Amino acid sequence: MKNIVAGLGAFALIAMPSAHAQSVKIGVVMSYSGQFADTGTQIGNGIKLYMKQHGDTVAGKKIEIISKDSGGIAPDVAKRLSQEAIVRDGADMLAGYDLTPNALAAADVSAQAKKFMVNMNAATSIITTKSPYMVRTSFTVWQVNEALGAWAFKNGVKKAYTLVSDFGPGWDGEAAFQKGFKDAGGEIIGSARYPTNNQDFAPFLQRAKDTNPDGIYIWVPGGTQPASIGKAIAERGIDTSKVKIMGQGELTFEESLKGMGDAGLGIITAFHYDYNHQSAMNKAFVTAYNAEFKRNPDMFSVGGYDGMHAIYESLKKTNGNTDGEALINAVKGMKWESPRGPMMIDPETRDVVQTVYIRKVEKVGGHLVNVEIDKIENVKDPFKARMPK
Amino acid sequence: MLASVIGVLFDGFAYGMLLFLLAVGLSVTLGMMNFVNLAHCSFAMIGGYVTVTLMSEAGWSFFASLPMAFLGAAAVSVVLERLLYRRLYRATDLDQSLLTIGIVFVSIATAAYIYGTAQLPVQVPGYLRGSFYEFGTTFGVYRLFLIGISLVISILLVITLEYTRFGAQVRAAVDNQRMARGLGIDVNSVFAITFALGCGLAGLGGALAIEMVGLDPNFAFAYLIYVLIVVSVGGLGSIGGTFTAAMLLGISDSAGKYYFPQFGAFLIYLVMIAILMWRPAGLFGRR
Repeated sequence: MKNIVAGLGAFALIAMPSAHAQSVKIGVVMSYSGQFADTGTQIGNGIKLYMKQHGDTVAGKKIEIISKDSGGIAPDVAKRLSQEAIVRDGADMLAGYDLTPNALAAADVSAQAKKFMVNMNAATSIITTKSPYMVRTSFTVWQVNEALGAWAFKNGVKKAYTLVSDFGPGWDGEAAFQKGFKDAGGEIIGSARYPTNNQDFAPFLQRAKDTNPDGIYIWVPGGTQPASIGKAIAERGIDTSKVKIMGQGELTFEESLKGMGDAGLGIITAFHYDYNHQSAMNKAFVTAYNAEFKRNPDMFSVGGYDGMHAIYESLKKTNGNTDGEALINAVKGMKWESPRGPMMIDPETRDVVQTVYIRKVEKVGGHLVNVEIDKIENVKDPFKARMPK
Repeated sequence: MLASVIGVLFDGFAYGMLLFLLAVGLSVTLGMMNFVNLAHCSFAMIGGYVTVTLMSEAGWSFFASLPMAFLGAAAVSVVLERLLYRRLYRATDLDQSLLTIGIVFVSIATAAYIYGTAQLPVQVPGYLRGSFYEFGTTFGVYRLFLIGISLVISILLVITLEYTRFGAQVRAAVDNQRMARGLGIDVNSVFAITFALGCGLAGLGGALAIEMVGLDPNFAFAYLIYVLIVVSVGGLGSIGGTFTAAMLLGISDSAGKYYFPQFGAFLIYLVMIAILMWRPAGLFGRR
């Protein structure tokens, strides 16, 4: 009996590597539960749609997704899950990472294990510097918000108040907007940071209103907070025709606009993607997404979608070789047309270079949408551009 | 200056009233049954989802769905009480906590499975939205409505407890269970009814909270800590205590965030620590 078991075991061990060689395993680590569960859902949908449209085989190998739930802001959990994916589940690369602290922690794993890592969302600038095998397919907070700061001054906002969430990307948003705004000639008259899990925004907005600004800049990471912010703006009687409310795209993503109601009209945001973007490729993307998941895609979905594109195209270039060095060299300089518009991976920083759109919330056909009113093309991440080489 | 103080007080009071609605059920059941029900906010979440479903799928009005939120949460609590809670009445606090935390996780996963992870909005009638200007500051209409409803409910609760026979039985069971049994009061059915009432109130609170803070599957966890703070600061089993604690915490939270935004959110915990050090059983607690 023991011999049979030992024989079967040895057979399994021999059989395993060959099964493994026919597939590419991607460890996807993000939040499927908790405050940011919807982010995980949308990135996951983007991944699924790409695989449905392009098949699940690349360069003769089958793509296997191994999902791991980090449950929210939990760097130690994300690091452990990334490690487990590589060591226990045999992942050839890592992907996902909806939140900055988690991405930073997992970057160590990618650097040590020399595994290709595709950051599909986490937007703090320094993340890509933490592992030479990491590429980002979403955006950076500096890229979008410094452009917004400069645009704000040129469009009538002379004195601004900033209100951001108290963690990595929020601090980036504050610094980026303030720099863009001050460099253009504006004056920052006050600022505050709210706790990441804050529910009631009325006191923060009241304080902002009391400083009599021309514009209030608000950074929020998505989830349930944007709608509360919109309602608090209306409740505190902030007149959006006199005080421009500005922010990063998450402030006015679809769910938040539905929750805010008419309080959201006139809010100005800067972002790299909206489902309302008028391009043939995006229209097809939105239609396919709706057919599959019965809802519209958002910036998280497109980060996942383009992340898979980067993985597929890199694997095609390396002919299925999953070595970290080979894949990262394949993705450097890659250019393609995404549902968001043109995008490119900067060969120096391995970060995304894309168009930043300035949008305003308007009522179109009965509901609120983000209408593009301006754009700035080929924006590189300004923070890393200024870092000493 | 005074205008902003009034604004902060009003907002804080409204937030406190929301916490009161969510917490009053837990205070009574915890004080009376001595059962650590950490799944209390799951019932609030159930109430919220009942309201959203009735309004978006069945086209009910906001006011018609509110009583259904109460009844829905109460109904689920009766089922859970019979199936699960009853077995652990004599168990240790740890076992009760484990059971109820498990229920929280299951409820969050169920909500995510049925409704998805996106936040669900609710369309309250137009006259409840927006704000009006008075005394130099703006007041949100919905917050005023929330304050109004909470005051009505508090008065109803106090009348029930003080002036009805059932209320007397509840008070007896809270004060001294063994003695109450000895006097012929059917403590088990008093428990069951009070538990259903408490969870129903949580459901109502959940439904009313959507317009102010949004509804998603994580609701059951997001508010648990605030509800527990209100209950422990107010004292178990006391409605007046819960009311006072909720008001105190709501206002200090708002005031803290307004005057000291950097660590304003921490003020609520400092107040809790200070009060509990002064009165470990809570403001109006008995033990």
